[in-house]
Amino acid sequence: MSKISTRTAYGEALAEIGSDKNIVVLDADLQCCTRTEKFAALYPERAKNVGIAEANMVGMAAGLASCGKTVFVNSFAMFTAGRAFEQIRNSLAYPHLNVKVVGTHAGVTVGKDGATHQCIEDIAIMRSIPGMMVLSPCDANETKLITKAIAKYDGPCFMRLGRLEVDECTNLLPDYKFELGKASELAAGKDVCIIATGLMVQEALKAKEILAEKGIVAGILDMHTIKPLDTDAVLRAAKQCGCLVTAEEANILGGLGAAVTETVCENYPVPVMRVGIRDSFGRSGDPLALMERYNITANDIVIKAEEAISLKRK
Amino acid sequence: MENCLSARKSAELMLVSARIRRSALEMVYRATSGHIGGSFSICELLTALYFNEMSVDPDQPRDPDRDRLVLSKGHCTPALYSVLAERGYFPAQLLETFRDIDSDLSGHAEMKHVKGVDMSTGSLGQGFSAAVGMALAGKLDNKDYRVYAIMGDGEIQEGQIWEAAMAAGNYGLNNLCAIVDNNDIQIDGRISEIMSPYPIDEKFKAFGFNVLTCNGHDMESICGAFFNARKCKDKPSVIIAKTVKGKGVSFMEDTNEWHGNDPNTEQYLAAAKELDEAIAIAEKEVKLYE
Repeated sequence: MSKISTRTAYGEALAEIGSDKNIVVLDADLQCCTRTEKFAALYPERAKNVGIAEANMVGMAAGLASCGKTVFVNSFAMFTAGRAFEQIRNSLAYPHLNVKVVGTHAGVTVGKDGATHQCIEDIAIMRSIPGMMVLSPCDANETKLITKAIAKYDGPCFMRLGRLEVDECTNLLPDYKFELGKASELAAGKDVCIIATGLMVQEALKAKEILAEKGIVAGILDMHTIKPLDTDAVLRAAKQCGCLVTAEEANILGGLGAAVTETVCENYPVPVMRVGIRDSFGRSGDPLALMERYNITANDIVIKAEEAISLKRK
Repeated sequence: MENCLSARKSAELMLVSARIRRSALEMVYRATSGHIGGSFSICELLTALYFNEMSVDPDQPRDPDRDRLVLSKGHCTPALYSVLAERGYFPAQLLETFRDIDSDLSGHAEMKHVKGVDMSTGSLGQGFSAAVGMALAGKLDNKDYRVYAIMGDGEIQEGQIWEAAMAAGNYGLNNLCAIVDNNDIQIDGRISEIMSPYPIDEKFKAFGFNVLTCNGHDMESICGAFFNARKCKDKPSVIIAKTVKGKGVSFMEDTNEWHGNDPNTEQYLAAAKELDEAIAIAEKEVKLYE
C-alpha cells in the first residue's frame, strides 16, 4: 500500500484541472509546502505568490472572485483559518464569494515543528462561519475528488489537508462512493458507528478490525464534508447502532465530534464518545508518537467504542 | 495641474455632491445612526468618480468591463448609497430604509443585494486588498477597466493596507487608483495624536506608487488628479485627498464628535439649513451656464 500526503494529492489535482482559465491560485510563500508548485509551473501567470501576507492574500482572492475567478488560497491551516479568520469571514464568506481556502499542515501530525504550526482549531472556527463549506479528506483519492468537486461549486469553502503521508484507502474500497456533502459509508455497523474525518478514517478502519475480533460490529462513516453535515447519515447510524464514536485530528471542542453531538442531541439522543485532541496544544515530536500521546489512534477509537456501547440504555 | 474639467461641468458636479451630502444627512437622521463625518468628507470624491471619472452603466451593474470602486472605508454608506441612487442604480426612496431590519441597505457596504456596490466592506483594512485582486483580474483577462479604492487615513493604520500596497507596487498595477481620504481624524481623535500614519505620500512612494495630491472638495483639483493618475503607465497611483471631516456643516467640521453620532432634531434642522443653502448656491452657479 503506497503512502501519499493529502497536500501532495491536492497539488496533483490542481495541476490536473489547471487548464481551466478561470482558476487562480494564490500562495503566501509556501508553494513548496502546499504543493501548488506543479500548478505554478504549468500556469505561472495564474499562480501568484503574494509573499508572507495571508490577510492580503484572502482579500485579493475576494477581488479576483468578484471578477469571476475561481480562486484557491493556500497556506498552513494555522495561517489561513487562523491568521486570516476575519478576512475569510468578512471578505469571502459574507459576500459568499467563490474562493476555496486551503489549510495544509492541519493537526498534530505536522510533527516536529511543534504547537505553533499544529492547527487544531480550524474545523471549529471555519464551521462557525455562516455559509462556509468545510471539507477534510482522508487520503489522496478523496482529496482529488474533493478538489475537483469544490472547483465546480460556486461558493466559499475551507479544505483541511495534512502534511503527513497517509495510506491510500478509499481507492481500495470497491464500494466507496463520493458525493460532496454526503458521508461515505465505508462499513455498515450494528453495535457502534465510527464517524471519522481526515486521517482518522484510516484509524477507524483499523479499529473496526480490532473490534471485530472482540465480536463487535462497527460501522464507519467517512465524514469528508463536515459542513454542511450529512445529518441524515448521522441519524441513520445513531438509529442503527444506538451509539457513536467520532474521530478527528483536531480539538474535540467545536469540531466534528461537536457537530455530530449537536445533531444527535437535537434529534435522536444516543451516547457519543469523541476521539480527538482534548483541548490542549500539541508539541514537537514524531507524528505517529504524537498520535499516541494525544490518544488519537485506532486503539483509542476501540476504547471509546466499548465505552459508548456500555453507555447504551439496556 | 491640467485643466480637464469645464467650469460648467465643475458646477454641475458640485451641485450633485451638495445633494448627496444633504441625502446622507437625511439617511443618518432617519436611521438614528450612521457615519456622517466620513461621509461628508468624500461627497465630492464619490461624485467625481461616478459622474465623471468612472465608466459605469447603472443598467448593467455587473458588466465585466465596468470600472470598479471599493469603498474600503465601508462605514461611509450614507454617501455611497446616496451617490448610487443619484446615479440611477436604485430609486432614491430606498435610502429611506437605510439600516432598517428588512432593508438591503445595511450599515456597511454590501455587494450581494445593493446594485452598484462592487465589494462588501466595513471591516477596515480589507477593501484595498480586494481592489488589488480586481486590478489583477483585469490584467489576467486583458481588460482595460480601472479599479478605484477609497481608504480612510485612519484606516491605513491597518497592516493589511501595506500588504496590499506592496502587492500593488510589486505587480505594477497601473489600472489601480487608491484614494486616501485625508481628513486627519479618526473616531478617537486626530490621527497624528492616536497613531500617526504620516508621511503618507512617502510611504506609498516607497511601496512603488505614483503619488498625487488634491483638494478633496474641489472638483477641478479632484478630476485633475484622476486625469494624471490615468497617465501613469507603469505604477499604481494613490491620490491623497486633503479633506475636512464633517465638511459642509459648520458645527460638524474637523471634529471626531460626528464620526458615528446621529444628530438630534435641533442639530438636524441646523445642519439641513446649511446644506439646503449650499444646494441653492450650487443651483445658481449651474444656472449661470444655461
